[in-house]
Amino acid sequence: MTSPNITSTNTVYTVAVPVAAVLSVLGIALSSSGYVVTLIGFAAIYGVFCTGLNFFMGYTGQASFGQNAFAALGGYGSAILTANYYWDPVLALLVSMVLSGVIAAAVGYPTLRLRGHYLAMATFALGLITYEISIEWNSLTQGYMGLSGIPPLGIGKYELVSEKHQLIVLTFVMLLGVWVSVRLRDSRFGRALRAIAGSEAAANALGINVARYKLAAFVVAAIYASVAGSLFAHFVGFISPEVFGASMVILSFTMLYLGGVGTTWGPIIGALIVSLLPEVLRGLKEMQDVVYSVVLIAILIFAPRGLSGLAVLFQRKQTGESKQTGMNP
Amino acid sequence: MTVLSVKDVTVRFGGLVANDAISFDVAQGMLAAVIGPNGAGKTTLFNVISGAMAPTSGTVHFNGELITGLPQYEVSQKGLVRTYQLVQLFKDLSVRANIMTGFHRVTKGGVLAALLRPRWFREQEARIAARTEELLDFVGLRAVADMEADKLPYGQQRLLEVARALAAEPSLLLLDEPAAGLNMQETAALADVIQRVNRQGVAVVLVEHDMQLVMQIAQKIVVIDFGRKIAEGSPAEIKAHPEVIAAYLGGTEGLDD
Repeated sequence: MTSPNITSTNTVYTVAVPVAAVLSVLGIALSSSGYVVTLIGFAAIYGVFCTGLNFFMGYTGQASFGQNAFAALGGYGSAILTANYYWDPVLALLVSMVLSGVIAAAVGYPTLRLRGHYLAMATFALGLITYEISIEWNSLTQGYMGLSGIPPLGIGKYELVSEKHQLIVLTFVMLLGVWVSVRLRDSRFGRALRAIAGSEAAANALGINVARYKLAAFVVAAIYASVAGSLFAHFVGFISPEVFGASMVILSFTMLYLGGVGTTWGPIIGALIVSLLPEVLRGLKEMQDVVYSVVLIAILIFAPRGLSGLAVLFQRKQTGESKQTGMNP
Repeated sequence: MTVLSVKDVTVRFGGLVANDAISFDVAQGMLAAVIGPNGAGKTTLFNVISGAMAPTSGTVHFNGELITGLPQYEVSQKGLVRTYQLVQLFKDLSVRANIMTGFHRVTKGGVLAALLRPRWFREQEARIAARTEELLDFVGLRAVADMEADKLPYGQQRLLEVARALAAEPSLLLLDEPAAGLNMQETAALADVIQRVNRQGVAVVLVEHDMQLVMQIAQKIVVIDFGRKIAEGSPAEIKAHPEVIAAYLGGTEGLDD
């Protein structure tokens, strides 16, 4: 499932099927109304965010409740640079990414000495502090009012005015994000992160600088979050502190655990389902929230390793026979 | 040449003296063992040697270099690699992936290399993959290479931990009670692996309860009791040592700390 084997024996299941699924969702969205386009767009943005979060929580096994802080940095960075200073959106996105990475490194250095619940608390505070700053720093962020007039994504004079064009770009950025995450995971760097998740004592004994690699994973997650924030700003054209509030943390955690933490496609599956579910259930009116919660709980009961874990079961059934003969020579 | 030199290592926990001025040397390529009754301070000594804990006083030299006070990962990076009394495998990863992780010390490359995958990186990955297969054969885990580590029987988990440590190409391998909880066949398989490792020129120090194993494979034995070194010598010398006999038969082993 998640073993970082370089010789991927099952590229059909790990690459071809998921990419085809993503592209068909994109296809459905493009042939639908504007509202579906917006929803799928949000799902793609959250897919980027959760893929980053998965780096820190899934692969490295650390808890962060404060990644929304870096989404806010990316969002406000892009919004301010493009709306107020007329920067190119791509340049603004890249600069925000770097800024978020640097701030993550500076904040993470002392914070990541904490473990478990303490780390969770400290990172949660990080999100709250960023939220307060985005409210209070009026001259820069316009407080509760938020920033509007953010241009859509584009390079130079070429702007993606239509929402559908933007969705295509968002989907490809998301796929690029997944591709990068797989490449990082299946390497010496990724193996060190998974070693830390598995046992810090053993990681130490193998010469892995645990503190440094935790920080690196935190920075990677922050950069993903920043990109997600920037994309959101351009996609919606408006941001306010609430966008990057605590609800973002809850939503992304739901996505991550529903889809499958520590898996490649889990964050994407989770992002899609959690984005669409409330809309699918809209017809139920006042029962909507109840059914939503029941569905979430049911998924977590029957697929405790997330929905992408179910896909693994299916895959095992398909290849089970050949594998077993291979194991008993 | 001396690969490991422990000099006057003392560790105090409040009023308790866990290690009291312990000194011994391990020559290059030697297979040594530290034995002693429960609570004698063996694991504490191991933690000091591997850098997991700083001693109250005393020094540890590894290949002539002072390593006392260095963080554990730096000690490991120098080629002193340990295993733990309770197996510390990466449970969710396959057996093969566990071994691949072990190459960290002897490979290079970070985020950028992983992303760009230059030629040297791909060659390095290929070397890791090839060497992993060799190690799987070396410890006899090839048949279970794709299983998740915690699905293995305990004996094989031990072998996997040793294989993973070997991936780091240590010049000194510390094994903390490697035979604990193993049955006779598993212990024999482990003894065989340890001896083959040692024959490749890797110095090995093990802390062990299994006397039979120690007497069978160790070339030098250090005995500690109540934190003090009471004897040091060949298996034959140790067997005949009056203080060792007293420590083991004198009824003190009930005094756990």
